Amino acid sequence: MRIARPPRLPGFRSGGLAPIVVILAVLLVLLSARQPDFFSPPSLMSFLGRSAPIVLLAAGQYFVIVSGELDLSVGSLVTAQVVVAARLIDGDPSAGWPVVVLLLAFGVAVGLVNGLVTTWLRVPSFITTLGMFLILVGAVYLWSDGAPKGGLSEEFRLLGRSAFEDVPALGRIPYALLVLLAAAALALVLTRSDFGRTLVAVGGNPRTAELSGVRVGRAKTMAFVLSGLAATLAAVLIGGYSGVSFQAGAGLEFGAITAAVLGGVALGGGRGSVVGAMLGALTLETLFTLMNFYGVSGALEPAVQGAIILFAVAAASFRVPSR
Amino acid sequence: MSGLLPSPLLALRGIGKSFLGVRVLDGVDLQVRPGEVHAVVGENGAGKSTLMKVVSGVHQPDEGTVEFAGAQRTFRSPREAQQAGIGIVHQELTLLPERTVAENVWLGREPLRRGLVDRGAMLDRAAGLLASIGEGSLPPDTRVGRLGVAQQQVVEIVKALALDARLLIMDEPTAALADHEVDQLYTLVRRLQEHGMGVLYVSHRLKEVFDLSSRITVLKDGRAVTTLDTADTSADRLVRHMVGRELSSYYPDRAQPQELGPVRLTVRGAGNRKLRGIDLRLRAGEVLGVGGLQGSGRSALARALFGAAPFGTGQVAVDGAPVRLRSPRAAMRVGIAYVSEDRKGEGIVAEQSVLDNALLAVRAVRAVPPVRVSRGARTARVRELLAAVELRAAREDQEIRFLSGGNQQKVVLARWLALAPRILLFDEPTRGIDVGARSAIHDLVRRLARDGAAVLMVSSELPELLGMSDRIIVMRDGRIAGELSAGATEEEVVALAVGTAREAAG
Repeated sequence: MRIARPPRLPGFRSGGLAPIVVILAVLLVLLSARQPDFFSPPSLMSFLGRSAPIVLLAAGQYFVIVSGELDLSVGSLVTAQVVVAARLIDGDPSAGWPVVVLLLAFGVAVGLVNGLVTTWLRVPSFITTLGMFLILVGAVYLWSDGAPKGGLSEEFRLLGRSAFEDVPALGRIPYALLVLLAAAALALVLTRSDFGRTLVAVGGNPRTAELSGVRVGRAKTMAFVLSGLAATLAAVLIGGYSGVSFQAGAGLEFGAITAAVLGGVALGGGRGSVVGAMLGALTLETLFTLMNFYGVSGALEPAVQGAIILFAVAAASFRVPSR
Repeated sequence: MSGLLPSPLLALRGIGKSFLGVRVLDGVDLQVRPGEVHAVVGENGAGKSTLMKVVSGVHQPDEGTVEFAGAQRTFRSPREAQQAGIGIVHQELTLLPERTVAENVWLGREPLRRGLVDRGAMLDRAAGLLASIGEGSLPPDTRVGRLGVAQQQVVEIVKALALDARLLIMDEPTAALADHEVDQLYTLVRRLQEHGMGVLYVSHRLKEVFDLSSRITVLKDGRAVTTLDTADTSADRLVRHMVGRELSSYYPDRAQPQELGPVRLTVRGAGNRKLRGIDLRLRAGEVLGVGGLQGSGRSALARALFGAAPFGTGQVAVDGAPVRLRSPRAAMRVGIAYVSEDRKGEGIVAEQSVLDNALLAVRAVRAVPPVRVSRGARTARVRELLAAVELRAAREDQEIRFLSGGNQQKVVLARWLALAPRILLFDEPTRGIDVGARSAIHDLVRRLARDGAAVLMVSSELPELLGMSDRIIVMRDGRIAGELSAGATEEEVVALAVGTAREAAG
């Protein structure tokens, strides 16, 4: 080997997982100091179940961000899905699964539109998905005449609020956690697939990717579809857990973006990991729980998110320079 | 040094610099006199860039002293160095394309009148500076984005002049220039020299170093191996200092007539926005060189054949079968590969690993022709190829941006070889690559041809074009101006490129 090549700092490759793991560990230590009960299995399981939607959204957002784009429409998509589900189900227990399938199709459709408008019409995704955000908000209001109609059936809400009870050692395992684990495993497989690796290349250098035979537009569109699917799963869990509301998904897009950035996913694309994004979401949830225990007003959450984004992006610019 | 010589403008003494415990510069001494062009040569990784960054204030040395204009200085930032009178013309230009020449020259130091930018003064003074270096024909209110690379360089130089620079650092200034533009740059550098400006000239191209410099400092592994008077040295000697090898072993043997196979690629009457009436035949086993000035269509030809900027008219056939090369994927499907001249912008994904970069094309088409194979077998094949191109990298999961240009190019090559291409298009395969790695790339290109590939190689460097090609076509104004055989001279190529030679019939 020749000189002028910096040696590897163990475990601290830029874009690696070390920083987020350290931050999460520190927060968890602080949390356990304040609230020793937190690590009891029931409390921990319920925390993980509660966090599942934002972790799912962060995973979805990872694919979009790493491809060099941004998806601002996921929060309003969650709201729309919950409101649509309530109106279609309207208390009818047999409508549960068909409606879930319909929601998945809707999530895919929204992702497709986001992707095609961004890649075919060359509208920056920031604008595309901001437009989608507004369209979904407006459409949902219009469709429901200003107040959510109908209601979710118990069957539909099962995934979001029920659990396997009386599991040895752990107590109860929320279904939401299982949904999350399954989705996380799938996401991990995807990021290691040909699609996942070329997607990172697309975000890192679209020209190189294109000239190496990658269908750049298709890859980015796929990323938006994955984000739409993640939002659908999150909507099913949120609907089950907290019921129908126009506020169901409010602000989740920023939560997901903050989580991804905190987890080392570079805005602008080409760098990061889906595990990092998901750990970022858990870190964010832990931080909010901690703030809650310390009696900090929940109203501060957006400000904290904003500060985290600024800090994380600034920190990411201190990397080992190329030659 | 005798006392008769003028005192140095810049004197570096014992400069040492380490990054994360690795010594990049070690006890470097170097002096630049006023009005001297001092060349700095060395392989990539020898420490040239770091040394220039120390002089220009980007890095601070760990050891040693920097003396500039008679006073010992510590530049804590590029701005301090600029203010002291050190200008730099970067390898990659750093101008704002949407602003005018004058706005770029005065960026951040706009002349003011009553608190507002004085546009008149800005234009006048920029025009004055342009005239002072004989570039008065360049209007200072032109948008920089409209200028060619050579003219943008002029703007960078004027920008340095506007700061009253007394030392100018030029880092690979000709990397993106055509040969006639290089001549203009020569004139410009000599004019700066007459004004008493000291120039630190970093280049891979030995010809320029000999044409321009009065002294040459050779860097190797972070040390200044020697400083030579240009007049008393030869290219052979210089290369020996750089790599310990003779210049004559530079180019691999050309193809013997019996090594040439059937015609692989035929183009008839093809054209697009940048090309007209292209007719050519490319045979298996041959290296067809493509010469011409910047903008003559030499790169456009390679891009058209790869489907990146496709032909609109005409016919193309691969192995006798008509094909339509509408996209890179379509070209890849019929066995065409393309190595871009812009490695950073189009060749690599800087932040992905060596292995990810090498796997990019096979992943994109999900197969290694002619048969689909398992992912494991595919990765194993790419690893073999990385070894075959003699990649020098610490680890395959290392980000490619930490590799030297030559090693990056080897990874790009391995990426294409994984698809077993039968037609390879190279656009400036050795641009910005150090001497040692250049011959490795040249050997690889020739080896591919010998193994039956048809190679088209665009090069703006005449020695490379003449040394590598079995046959040369020269482009001018989007057409093939003429064809030359292997024994052609530099003069013949240039004559066709600039249009002083009679065009070949047809």
